[in-house]
Amino acid sequence: MVNKSAHIITEDLNLWFGDNHVLKDVNIPVYDRNVTALIGPSGCGKSTLLRCFNRMNDLIPETRITGKVMLYEENIYSSRVDVTNVRTKVGMVFQKPNPFPKSIYKNVSYGLNVRGIARSRIEEIVEKSLHDAWLWEEVKDRLHESAFSLSGGQQQRLCIARALANDPEIILLDEPTSALDPQSTARIEELCLALKDQVTILIVTHNIAQAGRISDYTAFMYLGEMVEFGKTKQMFTVPKDKRTEAYLSGVFG
Amino acid sequence: MTRTRKLQALLGTSLLKLFIALTAIFLILFLYVIFSRGGKMINWEFLTQSPRRYMTEGGIFPAIIGTFWLTVLSIGFALPLGIFTAVFLTSYARPSWLVRIIRVSINTLAGVPSIIYGLFGLTVFVQFFKFDVSLLSGALTLGVLAMPVIINASEEAIRSVPPDFREASLALGATERQTILRVILPTALPNILTGTIISIGRVAGETAPILFTAATFYTRLLPTSVMDEVMALPYHIYALMTEGSHAAKQVPIAYGTAVVLLALVLLVSTVAIIIRYRLRKKKKW
Amino acid sequence: MNNFKELSFKTVTYIASLFTIVVLLGIIFSIFLGGTPVFQYVSLTKFLSSPSWHPTHDPPDFGILSLIIGSLLVTAGALVISIPLGLGSAIYISEIASQRVREILKPIIELLAGIPSVVYGLFGMAFLSPFLIRIFKIPTGLNIFSASIILGLMVVPIISSLSEDALSSVPKSLREASLALGANKWETIIRIVVPAAKAGIISSIILGFGRAVGETMVVLMVAGGAAQIPSNIFQPVRPMPATIAAEMGETVIGSPHFYALYGIAIILFVITFISILITEFIVMRKKR
Repeated sequence: MVNKSAHIITEDLNLWFGDNHVLKDVNIPVYDRNVTALIGPSGCGKSTLLRCFNRMNDLIPETRITGKVMLYEENIYSSRVDVTNVRTKVGMVFQKPNPFPKSIYKNVSYGLNVRGIARSRIEEIVEKSLHDAWLWEEVKDRLHESAFSLSGGQQQRLCIARALANDPEIILLDEPTSALDPQSTARIEELCLALKDQVTILIVTHNIAQAGRISDYTAFMYLGEMVEFGKTKQMFTVPKDKRTEAYLSGVFG
Repeated sequence: MTRTRKLQALLGTSLLKLFIALTAIFLILFLYVIFSRGGKMINWEFLTQSPRRYMTEGGIFPAIIGTFWLTVLSIGFALPLGIFTAVFLTSYARPSWLVRIIRVSINTLAGVPSIIYGLFGLTVFVQFFKFDVSLLSGALTLGVLAMPVIINASEEAIRSVPPDFREASLALGATERQTILRVILPTALPNILTGTIISIGRVAGETAPILFTAATFYTRLLPTSVMDEVMALPYHIYALMTEGSHAAKQVPIAYGTAVVLLALVLLVSTVAIIIRYRLRKKKKW
Repeated sequence: MNNFKELSFKTVTYIASLFTIVVLLGIIFSIFLGGTPVFQYVSLTKFLSSPSWHPTHDPPDFGILSLIIGSLLVTAGALVISIPLGLGSAIYISEIASQRVREILKPIIELLAGIPSVVYGLFGMAFLSPFLIRIFKIPTGLNIFSASIILGLMVVPIISSLSEDALSSVPKSLREASLALGANKWETIIRIVVPAAKAGIISSIILGFGRAVGETMVVLMVAGGAAQIPSNIFQPVRPMPATIAAEMGETVIGSPHFYALYGIAIILFVITFISILITEFIVMRKKR
């Protein structure tokens, strides 16, 4: 199955919240410069899996993880790894737009400031990131206004720009359009397709059609297990597993 | 770069730990000094006898009784007023300039220095209503001081009752008043009471408001009516430290009195906090 | 009949609410009624700007500058202690402590807030003051320094619990966003959480200021009581509330001295009222 170079591979990943076994022996590759979608009914563990890739689950007390998450050659759960470096390389965009209560500019420059990037370079990177997130034209005249002055869709694109500013290798999107109207959703989907030339994208979505529209690969999860992984076109036309077929045809959801 | 960032984080976190450790060290020292020096004064006689020989001997019984009555009367006065105000603000008030003035008044009352309450009590209760320096004047002054605390606690308690309860009751044909009295207040009552108990601690420990309205330096007698002057625990501590001429004998009594007052206040608040903790755990809605 | 019950119940709650306004007006009215007559004996400018407070001399001097300065110095000293300690423990409790530790520390802070000020005063007089005399070899342990320490520690729980509320109400999503961008916990606290809670933190400090400036028993017992403009922090002062509390018992009702003490209360009230209005303003702006 693995011919192309994979950015991330999990090896027998298991995760417990307390006594609750949330992820069970998950093995999934995320291929370079592709869009991979994680689908499945609510509570199947897809968001939890996503949050394993930048170690956001570390924040939840009583979380236990076994197995590996390999980012290229390095296990990001190895004790030698600095978690802040992982999170710089692996960007994340959340379900609800969550801009900081700061100016548009400062939202994008935040990651750069934290890392101590030279002031002279920051301005250039901010502009590029806003361009790449298709926001520049809309905000170039009001970079120093509050990020809350933007619409929901614009805020979410700001969050994408903010993540892009760190020049990540991968961006994780956790149901990024579930709080948005259809128009803003369409724009974010187009943006994903445009971005996959420069960054690998892993997206959790509740919306099967969305996965069909934008992803190259799809993983179907059910009750903490990875039931099926494959090319999206293939899986959507001839699913191998009965549960996948049932989910895709809307029997449960 | 990563190293400086890590160093900064380490330094910052250590600083926070230092601050909280300093606070804790002081608190422990404070409690240790009060309880170790005052604890040995406590015995049955100290708690049940009147002071003797210009307060250089004997006990503090009249002060305990005085503080008890001041607290009970002031809360008895402030509790209904506080709950009614909270009911009005949560159930009846529609946004208007009057409601805003009421809110600003409550917030202002919560911040007015206690010595100014003392002057207010002196002018209004002692002089204008001619209650003189008495249990009544002191209790009313303390009651007014406790009111904003009780209002805020009650309002918070009432607001934490889910709106569905109210809607369900109204939908069953109950009137607004019946809903408030039979559904909302009973649900909110435990939280109102725990909030109130915490304000009891404050009332019992206040000194400045009773300086000119209720407290007397020395009496062997217990109050027989609300028009009597009373001794009170906090005022007694102050008087022992600043009046009289037998510091060597008075200071230990002051420590002993402080232990009684602190124990009362801490006991009452701890009970309230534990009840509240249990309520929160048990809460089903 | 039912309608009558409804209406009368509503009216009772309405009257109770109006009572809060009545009390506030009563407070304002009583201190102004008691205080304004002093200006027959001394001009407002002189009252505020003269440092000599000799109310029992003949003729008396009613200048409260040294009392105002005493209050402000002691309050400033208290804030120097209580802001780092209070804010530091608030950040620790809200951001760093585990759930368990938080559940223990929060009620302890609440208990601390309930300790009667007179007990702090006792501690300052009978323990801290002799201790300071021994350590610093100073003539009196009742001075700006010791009053600031005691007052500061009294204000810690106020700043701590209110700041903690403000910090914990910062949405979790902002912390996650910051961490996901590669910031560590400390950077997230300093760059995101604290700035987002700024309004609440400032309010807590102003409230702490109001509490310190109006606190009576601690300054009455620990500040030393000398009506002078101090030249160093080991000198005694006589803050405004202490002056009122110490002298009210010895004045004749209706004497110039009596009016002057109410006059001090007016100034004290104006200072606290302004600080309350500032917090109201901050809260209102935050809501918008």
